[in-house]
Amino acid sequence: MLRIDPQLLQDLRRHGEETYPHECCGVLVGRRAGEDRVVASVVRCGNAQGDRLHDRYTIDPRELLRIEKLSRSRAQEIVGFYHSHPDHPARWSQTDLAEAHWLGCSYLVTRVAAGRAEVTNAFLLAGSGEEDKRFVDEEIRIEGAGPEPARAGGGMP
Amino acid sequence: MTRVFVPTPLRPYAGGQAAVEVSAATVGEALGALTARHPDLRKHLYAEDGRLRAFVNVYRNEEDVRYLQKDATPLREGDTLSIVPSIAGGR
Repeated sequence: MLRIDPQLLQDLRRHGEETYPHECCGVLVGRRAGEDRVVASVVRCGNAQGDRLHDRYTIDPRELLRIEKLSRSRAQEIVGFYHSHPDHPARWSQTDLAEAHWLGCSYLVTRVAAGRAEVTNAFLLAGSGEEDKRFVDEEIRIEGAGPEPARAGGGMP
Repeated sequence: MTRVFVPTPLRPYAGGQAAVEVSAATVGEALGALTARHPDLRKHLYAEDGRLRAFVNVYRNEEDVRYLQKDATPLREGDTLSIVPSIAGGR
């Protein structure tokens, strides 16, 4: 299960609206609690994919390196990633699976239709290696004691 | 000594550690020492042909070793190595 504060979820969904019709991407930093991943912060990244921004994303490894360092300094770790699918379902694609290598992490996909974030789904990258890796549907539990989330026009999943 | 930072998904194969200290003069030696100590890491880092997997990025401090001298990249006392699997995808 992925546990996330409503404002953080809203922030990553808004990111997809801001970059529409291009894909957005970013990193979820937090901690593990048993089988759960608990998100403490959402780090927006630039889409380093050069020529197919509308249907591909890449996070610059140097940016990941920086985020890893930051996480360590807070005694946290990278627990997942997110990206958007402009005008495409909020399901993982074959490209997503082929390019996913962070076993045990959550991958969030938000469908952004005509510039508005619709459904956000989470998938856990399960398996023990490249040979048997697979995405498993993961529950998103919205929780946290943050201020009242701005839901106006949000259309939460 | 060189500190090798192990990313989240590979920690279960490195005794649960986030960092491993090795004694090595080059990047190749450091990764060799790391996988000698934690053999389960090998298949995650290397393809069957013995080459580092394409999605595995290795950084000496802030620099990608692919653009340095790859395995032969020298290490000085206090250098750190970071293993960073790539993140990409799309619809």
